[in-house]
Amino acid sequence: MGAVLEVENLYVDYITENGHIRAVDNVSFVIEEGKSLGLAGESGCGKSTIAYSLMRLHRPPALITSGKIIIDGKDILSLSENELQKFRWKKISMVFQSAMNCLNPVVTLEKQFFELYKIHGITKSRKEAKKLAEELLKIVGIPPERLKDYPHQLSGGMRQRAVIAMALALKPKLLILDEPTTALDTVVQRDILQKIYELKEKLNFSVLFITHDISLMMEFCDTVAIMYAGKIVEQAPSMKILKNPHHPYSYGLKNSFPSLQGEVKYMEGIPGSPLDLKCIPKGCRFQDRCFKATKICFEKEPEISLLDEGFFFCHNPL
Amino acid sequence: MVKKFSNSKIINFIKDSPKTVAGLILISIVLVLTLGAKLFTPYEPMQTFDGLWRAAPSAEHILGTTQAGKDVWTQTLYGGRVSILVGIFAGSIAVLLSLIVGITAGYFGGIVDNIITTIINIIMVIPQTVLLLIIASMVGRISPLAIGLIIGVTSWPWGARIYRAQTMSLRNREFIKSAETLGESKIRTLFVEIMPNMLSMITSGFIGTLIYAIMAQSFIEFIGFGDRMSVTWGQMLNNAQSTGALSSGVWWEILGPSAFLILFGSGLTLVNFSIDELSNPKLRAQRIMRKYYKEKKAQEKLLRKQAAVTTSNKGGIN
Amino acid sequence: MKVEENRKPIFSAKNVTMDFKVARKGIFAKKSTIRALNDISFELYPGEALAIVGESGCGKSTICRIAMRFYKPTYGKMYFNNENIHELKGEKLKEYRQKSQMIFQDPFSSLNPLFNIYYHLKRPLQLYHPSDKETMYKKMDEYLTMVGLTPPKEQGEKFPHQLSGGQKQRAYIARVLAVGADVIFADEPTSMLDVSIRLGILNLLNKLKKEMKKSFIYITHDIATARYFADRIIVLYAGHMVEWGDVDKVICNPKHPYTKLLIAAAPDPEREEKIDLPVIRDKDTEIRQWTPESKGCPFRTRCPEAREICASKCPEAREVESGQFIRCIHG
Repeated sequence: MGAVLEVENLYVDYITENGHIRAVDNVSFVIEEGKSLGLAGESGCGKSTIAYSLMRLHRPPALITSGKIIIDGKDILSLSENELQKFRWKKISMVFQSAMNCLNPVVTLEKQFFELYKIHGITKSRKEAKKLAEELLKIVGIPPERLKDYPHQLSGGMRQRAVIAMALALKPKLLILDEPTTALDTVVQRDILQKIYELKEKLNFSVLFITHDISLMMEFCDTVAIMYAGKIVEQAPSMKILKNPHHPYSYGLKNSFPSLQGEVKYMEGIPGSPLDLKCIPKGCRFQDRCFKATKICFEKEPEISLLDEGFFFCHNPL
Repeated sequence: MVKKFSNSKIINFIKDSPKTVAGLILISIVLVLTLGAKLFTPYEPMQTFDGLWRAAPSAEHILGTTQAGKDVWTQTLYGGRVSILVGIFAGSIAVLLSLIVGITAGYFGGIVDNIITTIINIIMVIPQTVLLLIIASMVGRISPLAIGLIIGVTSWPWGARIYRAQTMSLRNREFIKSAETLGESKIRTLFVEIMPNMLSMITSGFIGTLIYAIMAQSFIEFIGFGDRMSVTWGQMLNNAQSTGALSSGVWWEILGPSAFLILFGSGLTLVNFSIDELSNPKLRAQRIMRKYYKEKKAQEKLLRKQAAVTTSNKGGIN
Repeated sequence: MKVEENRKPIFSAKNVTMDFKVARKGIFAKKSTIRALNDISFELYPGEALAIVGESGCGKSTICRIAMRFYKPTYGKMYFNNENIHELKGEKLKEYRQKSQMIFQDPFSSLNPLFNIYYHLKRPLQLYHPSDKETMYKKMDEYLTMVGLTPPKEQGEKFPHQLSGGQKQRAYIARVLAVGADVIFADEPTSMLDVSIRLGILNLLNKLKKEMKKSFIYITHDIATARYFADRIIVLYAGHMVEWGDVDKVICNPKHPYTKLLIAAAPDPEREEKIDLPVIRDKDTEIRQWTPESKGCPFRTRCPEAREICASKCPEAREVESGQFIRCIHG
């Protein structure tokens, strides 16, 4: 079982008139075939930047300054525009946060699927495209007669399902989900995620799931990587992070979700607010908000500590 | 306490943006020359020089003389005052009217909005030039001021629609709702909370209307509906045209007013672009990226030069 | 127990029903009516928080807007201190505006970007508690400290774009305090904030509730935070109150099928295996629109326990246990 995605030492900067802001700082991770990795973090941690960079969809002022992104054996940072176009959607596809950002509001679903197939050279016949589209919609749970509808005639959950169907149309090896259910209700959210999980088992693709909702991620992902201010601070299998977090930030995040069972106790969340990337302090980036911070945390950045199935960066782990 | 731009921000902006600088220079040249006309020419605009009709440019008359023996340069400078002032007059009326109408329609909504929109749509249909021609034919000759008034009173619908749309979108922002729940009076909310947020749009609208008003006024006079006795750019062009200046090869009579019209119009347009950039961060991002690439290239060139120097110093490789 | 006898409710709603006319396709088609709220009744006592939980489209924001007098209910009334809020005029209306305020969902647009925080606090003071400049600034600093924006002199001079999302929301809460509100409608106040600072805001609201005896109506779709912050809860579905009462009773021992569905759907990492949502999937799997002509129970098309009678008769409210009410024939 080879690795579908390997990210090595990725650096992504935002060029502003006041200098460069490093949104992604030396990030490396690996996703194996058929596995799912969750990338968790708050605003400004860089997770969405990574998502867009993986498909080279980032726009100025974002700039990939160095690193390697190897998908299915090819370093996509070295591909030309033409090769990249053939690569996108066939090997790797993406589901964005709001379905209305992906679907063309003035074109019916049927026509959008047809264009998808035509551009990627699958078929030029409308009939065949319709047949393929109907099969896809069946897989995600949309009645096939809705193909004739325009996006605004579908409910939010259905739109997102249609977008997922489009993303899976060419049977990619890696599916990136960038906050796919943030705009949806809990019931619909769970429905959709369970459906994606089933499809993952059936079609055997890998998933990169990006969200800020840690508790949701723990249920659906095999491995979880927690990001803060552009760096991955801890990565481990989801059950291990849940029961035994090493980094104080993981611990704090876990404690930001009140539980539905047991007693209602006072919970702190994490004091302070996410780091402003314009002023990065010396030493560990989490120093201001950390309850375990000691002198060394303000002077030196922590080194990597390897676990048997993961790693973390902390001077004073839990 | 209303936010004011810090001084350094404006100065830096001007330095970075050649468009603004060019535009401001052009505007300043025209304004200085026209407003300070006395300093730049010893003659009076209506002063006739006997025997010098259609004289070519010479040392005493930089731009020659007109059909009626008047100095072109002097007429251009003094005429500029009237043209510009009338433009400002018309522009101000138009912007004021469009602001009042647009914001009222957008903010109060309901039946007020319906009535106002209907009025806007009706007035927009009336062709302005035709209206001016009709009025001119009834009144005879129209003075520049009257032309300005008519332009002002007929060009507001376009801006009104824009301000209405912007007000409607601002109105649904939560801070306006918050002011309403606080119990602020509607009038105060309109002027203190909503309008300042539209400042960049209002300024840009004003400059745009100014350009339009000056051009429109010159056009009206050019086709012969202005006051024969007045000295304005448009009137000068009309005089030149109706006495067959171009066909006789008397280019200097046309050069004066045309050149100034072009310079002033271009200057205003360039400044308008920069205001656009101030309110639209994406345009700014593109500019910054270009600067970044330019600097990067310059740096690489410098490095290559240095490398060449060191190798030649080592006295080795050719 | 949390219930005390002989308490007067500070805010209440009685049989509130709200209809909206919606234009249909085609110019000549008649306008259709949507019933956004149907027979909503509740009471809010001083010093307590009442959570209203439901999915999007259930009508929870509409309750807020009616309370803020953006709309007038088609039937039913809302009362503040036993006076109908839609019939208030003059001084009484001014008092109502002062005593009831709303916190919005989006901290990024609830403050005017052109003015600093002091301005946002000064206006309410000028309108409702005018005094000289020194006293005003002292009061403003007090409020800023109360909500955790310290040092107040520095934070007060800042503009909204210089504050983080959580700080903006705190500044807005300070403004609500400056007005002197006693009943605060919080419409999803934390859903647009970062996860790690949501609890900070909720803890602040809790402090205001316990120490200053403010009352809250907390509207959310996140049932876990409802349990954390609120004392009582109302579960809304398609504009109907389907279950309501003590928050612990309703959440730990739900009786209505929809409440059971909501709790099952909420993320819970402690769960070991995948669960099947207790719901029937119909063609839409979304909330249906209710009209004045609709009959029966609104949840019947998705309810796994629906019976024939559920299609014809809308169930009455009944108390299943002390302090827990549902609108269902089962349970």
